[in-house]
Amino acid sequence: MDLVATILVDGLIYAGWLFIVSVGLTLVFGVLNILNIAHGSLYAIGAYASASLVGAYFAAGGDAFPYGSYIAMILAAVLVAVVLGPLLERGLLRYFYGRNEVLNVLVTYAVFLILEDVMKLIWGVNPYFVYEPYTLLGTVEMGSLFYVGYDFAVIAAAIIVGLAVWLTLNRTQIGKVVLAVIHDAEISQTMGVNVKRIYLGAFMAGAFLAALGGALTAPMISVTPGLGVNVIIVAFAVVIIGGLGSVPGAAIGALMVGISRAASVHLLPEAELFIIYFVMAIVLVFRPEGLFAKTQARKI
Amino acid sequence: MMRFSVFTYAAVGFVVLAAGAIVLPDWAMFLFAMALAKGLVCLGIVGMMRGGVVSFGQGLYYCLGAYTATLAANFLGVSDIFLLTLLSAAVCLVVGLVFGPLLSSYRGIFFAMLSLALSMVLYGSLSKMSFIGGTDGLNIGAPTFLGWAPEGRPLQTALYLYVVTIVVISGALMRVYFDSEQGLITLATRDNELRVEYLGASVRNVMAYNYVFGALLGGIGGTIAVLALGHVDPEFAFWTTSGEFVFVAILAGYLSVPAVFVAAIILELVRSFSNLYFPNTWQLALGIFLLIVIVALPGGLGSLVSRRKGQDT
Amino acid sequence: MSSGVLEVRDVQKTFGAVTAAKDISVSVPQGSIYSLIGTNGAGKTTFVNMVTGYIKPDAGIINFGGRNIAGLPPRQITRLGIHRSFQIAQLCNELTVEENMLVAGAIHGQTRPSFLRRSDDAQARERAMATLERFDIAEHRNRLIPELSGGVKKLLDIAMAMAGETQIMLLDEPTSGVAADEKFPIMDLVINALRNEGVTVIFVEHDMDIVNRYSERVLAFYDGQIIADDTPDVVLSDTEVQRYVTGAPA
Repeated sequence: MDLVATILVDGLIYAGWLFIVSVGLTLVFGVLNILNIAHGSLYAIGAYASASLVGAYFAAGGDAFPYGSYIAMILAAVLVAVVLGPLLERGLLRYFYGRNEVLNVLVTYAVFLILEDVMKLIWGVNPYFVYEPYTLLGTVEMGSLFYVGYDFAVIAAAIIVGLAVWLTLNRTQIGKVVLAVIHDAEISQTMGVNVKRIYLGAFMAGAFLAALGGALTAPMISVTPGLGVNVIIVAFAVVIIGGLGSVPGAAIGALMVGISRAASVHLLPEAELFIIYFVMAIVLVFRPEGLFAKTQARKI
Repeated sequence: MMRFSVFTYAAVGFVVLAAGAIVLPDWAMFLFAMALAKGLVCLGIVGMMRGGVVSFGQGLYYCLGAYTATLAANFLGVSDIFLLTLLSAAVCLVVGLVFGPLLSSYRGIFFAMLSLALSMVLYGSLSKMSFIGGTDGLNIGAPTFLGWAPEGRPLQTALYLYVVTIVVISGALMRVYFDSEQGLITLATRDNELRVEYLGASVRNVMAYNYVFGALLGGIGGTIAVLALGHVDPEFAFWTTSGEFVFVAILAGYLSVPAVFVAAIILELVRSFSNLYFPNTWQLALGIFLLIVIVALPGGLGSLVSRRKGQDT
Repeated sequence: MSSGVLEVRDVQKTFGAVTAAKDISVSVPQGSIYSLIGTNGAGKTTFVNMVTGYIKPDAGIINFGGRNIAGLPPRQITRLGIHRSFQIAQLCNELTVEENMLVAGAIHGQTRPSFLRRSDDAQARERAMATLERFDIAEHRNRLIPELSGGVKKLLDIAMAMAGETQIMLLDEPTSGVAADEKFPIMDLVINALRNEGVTVIFVEHDMDIVNRYSERVLAFYDGQIIADDTPDVVLSDTEVQRYVTGAPA
């Protein structure tokens, strides 16, 4: 029983992280039809920005109110979204709308390459450590194991993010508009929707979520170049499994990948690295649309 | 009459490249050998691009070929380069025949993602197989050439001439294939699969052929690369490795075979140059390059010499 | 019913709540020219799609050359001799007119398509040019598809479909998208070319002048069923056909 519980808890923690990291990717695909490889870079930039801001915060006397570092982290993610969102979407991606999906992947791949080095140029190649936020929430004892409170906070953050995205899409006016654009951008435009603004908004939301993932992760790791490289393919796996463009799908995908990985780590460590891609390949083979693909209306 | 041309080009290409054995300093010969080996993998991607799909997972075969050669050399004592190449090609052929029919039903993003997933499965598996080096990988000794065991500069030269020969032969064969009836059907498939099916051909077969050729070329490229480097590790199958192959294929376009190898050489030169002088900018250079190609030269370098327009995807 | 080259018997097809084909039966004699008329959604294109293998009938038999071809894929049906053209010309946009014909020729060559033989060797080009000439579009041979007029695209579409042994040719709205003054010349060309080869022709049309002038027999579709199967005069003056299809006396 203990092992099962451990796997579940580990799986949930990892799934929470995966969801936050992947939901932005699937949202951007759903609205803009672009599978954004640079999503990994936005994650990494979020991590660096968070590390910088938190570092600056504590250097400026933040020890008086350490929880302020969490605000710094979220602020970092917002900054990334506000600066890079418009820059990338208005400055580059919008020239490629409506073109071949794979071509757009190549464009985002080019952006990814560029941003990888931009990060090195801005933040250098040495690792950043900002562990204080990670320690602020103490530890939680479960059975015979100790977990860091922060890890559970990530699960909570994932749930909040998930609910927020779902509620926004399904219960707000703007959300309904976004759903309409997802369904058919052209028709939406003829009905008066400012599709350009929706695209920009959706991309910024996706960038924020990517950067938030990085920001939340920064205290748990040493922030080094190449973060984005590993994260993006894991995010791919999650959104492919769940179905490109589906937010509930990203949640299910995150759970599946999270639990598989946790199970593998505890039961079959040799499989840890490949289990994710194995599941991704299996899903692609048997259900290429994923488990909950974006609904496509029949065009004729 | 036209066939004569392909062989003429091939002969000229061989002479030009082979001259490098005399002219190039050691570091350049190594760089060219690596570039040509990788160019073989990219040639496979180009073959598939002619059918309308982009593979983000050729690292699978690049890695598989390299590991097959290394394992054969280290555990079976095979050192002959021709034998190693043949073995790798055979293994990659078998694997390609297994995955080819599967992948031939996929297009666009799903083809890209599935090919990527398969290569990452290999990456993940090899990383954990500590009995064959895990993430550290394996070293491979110098190859022999039908009994001859050169060392130093002669070894380098022999390896270089070997890859030049393979490249010229593969390039010529692929050119013949591209100009053939099946080659034209491949181009038609990229444009209008429905029409090709209605004309009576099997689109799945077309895609499968191109995939298998890609597997073979990938495996051979990987074999030569590991022999030039002396080392292989799971990174050969990592997605960024595959990404570089795609970059070269896009830069080259699908209209000209020599363009593929020119593009591969350009990549290696940019990598070396930038590593030497501007260490943190080579990916930046690649990214900008790629954007420029996509926007300004969608048919790749090959479109500069071919009358056809061609689009990269 | 005497046995024709194409025998369709009791074919049914529904898509969810929509009946696209109900009790479709027709016997098409060798060498005849049939036209299919009906409003949009009446079942004409479904008929063509089922005969050419794009859609599998829910029930019924489609007999051709002594075998039931219902459910076979288009690839196989084409090889058996049933060819079709498309309402929107299905061409390879990045290839020239000649290359499009070469593709058709390569697939239908004497031998399987080769990995070695050049697609544009002298023999192949000769064959391609002969067909292009027969359809009077040889002058366009080096042009790319987007440069062509609607009429030329349609002719190329049909010319490509002629590659190989064609026994039955189904033309899906051959004059749609074609300028009014080109319609008759194109039909003249096509029907003559097909007649010369002894091909059985079935064409879908909305233009009743074309129907009147070129078909020997007319099938009128409504709501998934054939409501008339007779000569043009009879069908076009039929009251049901006038109510559900043409809307006016012929």
